[in-house]
Amino acid sequence: MEVEIDAKNMHYKELNEKIHQILRENPNVKKIILKNVLGQRFIGNGLQKKDLTIEIYGIPGGDLGMFMSGPTIIVHGNAEFAPGNTMDDGTIVIYGSSGDVTAHSMRGGKVFVRGDVGYRSGIHMKAYKDKVPVLVIGGTAKDFLGEYMAGGTIIVLNIDEKGNDLGKIKGRMIGTGIHGGAIYIRGEIDKDQLGVAADIKEFTKEDLEKIKPYIEEFCKWFNLSEDIKNKLLNSKWTKIAPISKRPFGKLYTPDLM
Amino acid sequence: MIPSYVPPKYRVEVDPNRCMLCERCTIECSWGVHRRDGERIISYSNRCGACHRCVVMCPRDAITIKENAISWRSHPLWDVDARVDIYNQAKTGCILLSGMGNAKEHPIYFDKIVLDACQVTNPSIDPLREPMELRTYIGKKPKQLEFDFVEEEIDGKKIKKAKLKTKIAPNLKLDTPIMIAHMSYGALSLNAHLSFAKAVKECGTFMGTGEGGLPKPLYPYADHIITQVASGRFGVNEEYLMKGSAIEIKIGQGAKPGIGGHLPGEKVTAEISATRMIPEGTDAISPAPHHDIYSIEDLAQLVRSLKEATRWKKPVFVKIAAVHNAPAIAVGIATSDADAVVIDGYKGGTGAAPKVFRDHVGIPIEMAIAAVDQRLREEGLRNEISVIASGGIRCSADVFKAIALGADAVYIGTAAMVALGCRVCGRCYTGLCAWGIATQRPELVKRLDPEVGARRVANLIKAWTHEIKELLGAAGINSIESLRGNRDRLRGVGLNEKELEVLGIKAAGE
Repeated sequence: MEVEIDAKNMHYKELNEKIHQILRENPNVKKIILKNVLGQRFIGNGLQKKDLTIEIYGIPGGDLGMFMSGPTIIVHGNAEFAPGNTMDDGTIVIYGSSGDVTAHSMRGGKVFVRGDVGYRSGIHMKAYKDKVPVLVIGGTAKDFLGEYMAGGTIIVLNIDEKGNDLGKIKGRMIGTGIHGGAIYIRGEIDKDQLGVAADIKEFTKEDLEKIKPYIEEFCKWFNLSEDIKNKLLNSKWTKIAPISKRPFGKLYTPDLM
Repeated sequence: MIPSYVPPKYRVEVDPNRCMLCERCTIECSWGVHRRDGERIISYSNRCGACHRCVVMCPRDAITIKENAISWRSHPLWDVDARVDIYNQAKTGCILLSGMGNAKEHPIYFDKIVLDACQVTNPSIDPLREPMELRTYIGKKPKQLEFDFVEEEIDGKKIKKAKLKTKIAPNLKLDTPIMIAHMSYGALSLNAHLSFAKAVKECGTFMGTGEGGLPKPLYPYADHIITQVASGRFGVNEEYLMKGSAIEIKIGQGAKPGIGGHLPGEKVTAEISATRMIPEGTDAISPAPHHDIYSIEDLAQLVRSLKEATRWKKPVFVKIAAVHNAPAIAVGIATSDADAVVIDGYKGGTGAAPKVFRDHVGIPIEMAIAAVDQRLREEGLRNEISVIASGGIRCSADVFKAIALGADAVYIGTAAMVALGCRVCGRCYTGLCAWGIATQRPELVKRLDPEVGARRVANLIKAWTHEIKELLGAAGINSIESLRGNRDRLRGVGLNEKELEVLGIKAAGE
């Protein structure tokens, strides 16, 4: 079952309440299409229905899919700041770019952004047992990518909308305070682009096997050609991972002096 | 290895005439102070933090702990603490950690404020024979009430009935204005949390989870628990948000304003990792700011996102440390859909803070509440939002004074821990608490019986509640809500004009 909502001139509270109402009244609904979305916040906030897809036409506001656990959200446009904030499970697919703190504190699920992401994306991402969050960025990320990252995977593909290389990544302070998970960036990164506690590690076959399914899924979502997919998989990758699980362990006094 | 130049702070002596070599002290001391050596107990005084566990548990009253009366050359500037800190930092090159609240001899304004009482013209009330209303509600209040008047026919008569039109926001119902502050699972043991949970349920009040998530054994008490969302977002998911009765966003903490939290990896046990949802053994770092909050509007966004996640059914509090611009922040919070602002003073406790922050950063809670209350009144917002005060509340008189200065209710942290047996030894950050309170070691955790703990904490809350009723009666007031911001009931002793002005109270005799 599919339901469409015209969100034109609708306040975010009204729009979100409408979504809740639809889910309450129609447990079999599989797809909700939102048309004319313009800045409405918190879409999908806390939703838990695994077999639900929300398609958004327009530009959703901040905290898209926050605390969400299960659904898939597809955005045909850009997204504002913090899509996937503290998300538990599910998928967010953004055809355009997204703002700062994309995937903030994400704990599970996947976020695919075709374009670029803003500052501090992937900050404080964390993982626990089978919950391993993934953020795949088609273009580039601004500074402080994966800051305080405690788990999960961030992949930066570094291509433009046609699949051409974007050149050398310029982001600074990558992985500041990182103490879990890994950041994979296509291309070369200088050590002085890293933040404290981050390190460049050898990119191994196992790493490629690990990121391959997410790159394939990215290509599938955005209909990228086999050539582009193969180029991505056969590129030079830089792996950024923590120096230690306890980056600031030696900053404080030992237990008893 | 660089040797320590610090002599023991305490002197531990075991009287051989009283000691029967039962070795209880060697088991009870988690710091390894005592050891049996042949026919005597040897004590390593340099490990002692005066937690008194061995003293209290010794069946023969054989153990004495005294301040080590070692002579230091006296100096008005270079006191012993300053020198000891330098020795320790010269040895380790590290930030000094500390537990509990501010240990400097700053003025305690609560002790410089006295309560006024009624005598003849406005007689006092006897709470033993007249009802005293200590119930209060924490949450957003409407600016005004609007009614629809519906005409109904009852017994042939047409009567106009008023129906409330205004939608009332969800509030927390407190039977006593004393709640237990947010102290995380991780900093505190599960048995300490269970003690608090059972006590608040019995007393009709609430406790906070702190930023460590909500462990499953606490689920049965969730209707008396306020969950916390801090910058690290540990343990935060939809279930967690829906479980509690309210949600508190932690922006700042009185013991360490302006910095985040850090639970070291060695304390992230299997249970802690399951609750915080991070792997075992990794550091749990809460950054100093929330990285999605860089303005009051951003804060409003987080408040609203939590309300959306809970379908606008749970009150959302915002906690900030007491700092000089707290009143302006409180105004921002009040306009953000938040239901309460929590102000945590610089004497508030902590499991671990850099000593330099604990002792030097922040402002007194008394000043902060008065200033926040005043500013909210000036902006016409005070009646819409609740104010909760915390940080260094030690007795019922402090509760009474905090409310008279402008709070709706208070959080107690250290006082609740002391009720459990805590000796304020200040070494919570080591995770070796011999009383089973600030530790995760199973053998220490089980020393605290949650039933006994709950009894002690509930007794404390009930005792203070009785005292508050008596104080209210003496002040000629019969409800706690009439005391809120009623500074006319307070007088300052030994305060200068500026201090009286900030507190908004008169001097004794005026």
